[in-house]
Amino acid sequence: MASIPMEQGLVLAAVLFTLGLIGVLVRRNIIFVLLSLEVMLNASGLAFIVAGYRWSQPDGQILFLFVLTMAAAEVSVGLALVLQLHRLFKTLDIDVASRMRG
Amino acid sequence: MLHLLFLVPILPFCGFVILALGGRWLTKTQIALVGVGSVGLSAVIAVAISLNFVADAPTGNAFSQSIWTWINIGGFTPHIAFYLDSLSVIMILVVTVVGSLIHLYSAEYMEEESDGYARFFACMNLFVGSMLTLVLADNLLLLYLGWEGVGLCSYLLIGFWYTDPANGRAARKAFTVTRVGDTAMLVGLLLLFTKLGTLQIQPLMQAAQAHWVVGSSITVAAAGLLLGGALGKSAQLPLQTWLPDAMAGPTPVSALIHAATMVTAGVYLIARMNVLFTMSPVIHTTVAAIGAGTLILAGFSALVQRDIKRVLAYSTISQIGYMFLAVGVGAWSAAMFHFMTHAFFKALLFMGAGVVILGEHHEQDMFKMGGLRKEAPLLFWTFLAGSLSLVALPLVTAGFYSKDAILAGAWASDAGGRWLWAAGFGGAFLTSLYTFRMVFYVFFGEVRKPFNLKPGIRLMLPLVVLAFLSIVGGYLDLPRTLGNQPWFSDFMHTSLPETKELASSTERNLQISASLISLIGIFFAYYFFLREPGLVRRLVATPVGAVLHRFWFKGWGFDWVYDNFIVGTYVKVSRADKNDLFDMPVAALALVSQGLNIALSWTESGRLRWYAASVAAGGVIAVGIVVFFT
Amino acid sequence: MNAVYYISSVVAVIATAAAITGLNPVHSLLYLIVSFLAVALVFFTLGAPVIAALEVIIYAGAIIVLFIFVVMILNIGNEAVEQEKRWTVGKAWIGPGALAFVLIAEVVYVLFQNTSHLTNGSPIQPSELGATLFGPYMLGVELASMVLLAGLIGAYHLGRRRQPDETQQKREEPATGKGAGGGPAPKEPVDASVGH
Repeated sequence: MASIPMEQGLVLAAVLFTLGLIGVLVRRNIIFVLLSLEVMLNASGLAFIVAGYRWSQPDGQILFLFVLTMAAAEVSVGLALVLQLHRLFKTLDIDVASRMRG
Repeated sequence: MLHLLFLVPILPFCGFVILALGGRWLTKTQIALVGVGSVGLSAVIAVAISLNFVADAPTGNAFSQSIWTWINIGGFTPHIAFYLDSLSVIMILVVTVVGSLIHLYSAEYMEEESDGYARFFACMNLFVGSMLTLVLADNLLLLYLGWEGVGLCSYLLIGFWYTDPANGRAARKAFTVTRVGDTAMLVGLLLLFTKLGTLQIQPLMQAAQAHWVVGSSITVAAAGLLLGGALGKSAQLPLQTWLPDAMAGPTPVSALIHAATMVTAGVYLIARMNVLFTMSPVIHTTVAAIGAGTLILAGFSALVQRDIKRVLAYSTISQIGYMFLAVGVGAWSAAMFHFMTHAFFKALLFMGAGVVILGEHHEQDMFKMGGLRKEAPLLFWTFLAGSLSLVALPLVTAGFYSKDAILAGAWASDAGGRWLWAAGFGGAFLTSLYTFRMVFYVFFGEVRKPFNLKPGIRLMLPLVVLAFLSIVGGYLDLPRTLGNQPWFSDFMHTSLPETKELASSTERNLQISASLISLIGIFFAYYFFLREPGLVRRLVATPVGAVLHRFWFKGWGFDWVYDNFIVGTYVKVSRADKNDLFDMPVAALALVSQGLNIALSWTESGRLRWYAASVAAGGVIAVGIVVFFT
Repeated sequence: MNAVYYISSVVAVIATAAAITGLNPVHSLLYLIVSFLAVALVFFTLGAPVIAALEVIIYAGAIIVLFIFVVMILNIGNEAVEQEKRWTVGKAWIGPGALAFVLIAEVVYVLFQNTSHLTNGSPIQPSELGATLFGPYMLGVELASMVLLAGLIGAYHLGRRRQPDETQQKREEPATGKGAGGGPAPKEPVDASVGH
């Protein structure tokens, strides 16, 4: 298998995480926000795998499984909420839901 | 008998309590009985005690009675204690006897009042009680208590008809101006206590003589501060502005408080603390100078007034100036003698003026009165008796003997005695002038407003009694040249220092000149105000005359100066501080919190991405701190 | 192998960047699939073949499909693209860009402080994974099933369309009770689009 320095693997994870963070902060469409959130989760899982590979233990991969599970549950609930939001506001603008202002 | 001394001040206080608490349930007769009766009973007891004191003097010519210990802190133990010597005997006699006569008079004078009747007598009784506490006090703290009490009652009674705001203003003015003096006196008390360790009067004076040097700055300070208090209460320069306005109160109040008793409290204070004043010649002479100045100033002002009560008010200021002149030159017994005779004739004049006012339908302008000599003869004769005593008609009136004693004392004084005597002499001329101006305007000439009042016995009896006393009161102290029976002076000298004696011939000359000047004054008054009133009108119409007339009428401009410079400055500063600058630091805290609130609530925008960004930013900062600073 | 790793990591980064900056939602989702596939390859080179397979199956195969379903339900068409054009202006990228840049800088700094460890492990076999999963991590597995159950129920409940008469009645009770008839009509076009 590949023998790369651990730092480079973690750098990749960091870059992907940051891209996802930018996406969450910049996009106004809820779909894109959720999408970027998935990117972030995926990146953190990558970090786990890299760490597990470094120590040659399956624990990293198992944690990634848990992250995956959680991401799946979260996506389904989130998309259900998107549907509700669309029904209520007739738009996918996330800034519309700001009644808790002040 | 002397052990009944405590009843003398207590009885009026009891009257006050009964009337203050239960006044609304009593009928007018009952109220009058309680009000007049308490002071009357006090007078009877005072007379009995005085007779006992004179006949059978106690050891050291003084009697002390302590009722209870008021305060007991670390060696400072003032008592509620009364001290009776010849000085206080005279004071309590005058206060209670004249006071009970005035109370009797006001029982009829104030009959038109409905709810105010009880309030009036309650305040009057409180006043008499406080005044008696003041003169009987054995320590300065109790004296100060009485001092403040009379000030309070003066305020309450000047503003008795409180529904008219002008009366409230007059009352506040009186209170504020005397307060200035009271503060000086309080500082003086504190100074005396810190330096001498006691406020008991007799030990205090002995300690001062033992420890302090005559003429040192500490004596000047102590005496000066006490003098400040005396000036306020007695309405002398520069604190005399309140007394003419205090005439807004009912006439019995003017008679009792602002003629006979409260305004003489300053004279009493100086006489009581005579050791302090003799130890500071500067202040002692200042007292005489102030007295001389005031009596001239007030004399001129009395000459141009229209309101009969204001004439009498300025006359009071002038006569108390005479008393200050007397204590200032060391003629202590003369001052107390004049106090006594002044109480008689001034109370008489005020009460007579009250009857005039009542009969003229509450008219107080003398120019609208006239010819009452025929309309109310008894009133005229009693009023004339009082006026003659004020003018010091030679030989037959009490005022002659007392004023003459003062003039003799002034002539004999070392410090500028001739000038002081000249002021007193000129003042005598002015006194005759304005007094008989008043008499001629009110009682002579043609009747402008008819007098319709049948004065009852309660109104007239005090007038008659006081008229009698104004005549015969002088025979208590016959000078060497006229019989040499100085009972009063001898009695006074048991508690006050001796006065310097003059040669017999000098004294006789002074008496003759004083008599002449008062008679000349009466003649001038007759000529200018009765015979040729047109002359006066033409004099006033001239430019100089008009200016002088206005100037004297306004009390020599003191009110204007005080209003513009003292009151005006204070009001300006208050206006500048309208937004309460000094509260700003405290308010600033609230403002800062509000600002922070606004700023922070701006961060709650309700938008998801904003919150996510703040989480990210926080995370970045936290990581940065961990990485770079640890 | 190293080359495979580097190439697929570059592809992943580019695809993710394209995904988050895209204007059309469906296009972004397709880019995202590419990204996930690249990451799966990265997993494979890092000795996790099972996980690589799971990534493709669940992430790319289930989660993205869910996204596409929702996009189709909501019928996001061309007007959405216009909307996105308006919303994602260049200005909006400055703030988050700066924040992200700082974050990356910090992480890189931290990572390259220490000496580098060469990862040289062996691929983990499925049996080893299974044994560890149902051994020490048994509790986690059960909890994961709970999470999935919660997600299932939550998604069903939250996604449920309210009965038209219920909502209409609640709103029009004070007036007349006749809102029931007008209820279903507005919802029809949404249903119809599902059938496309």
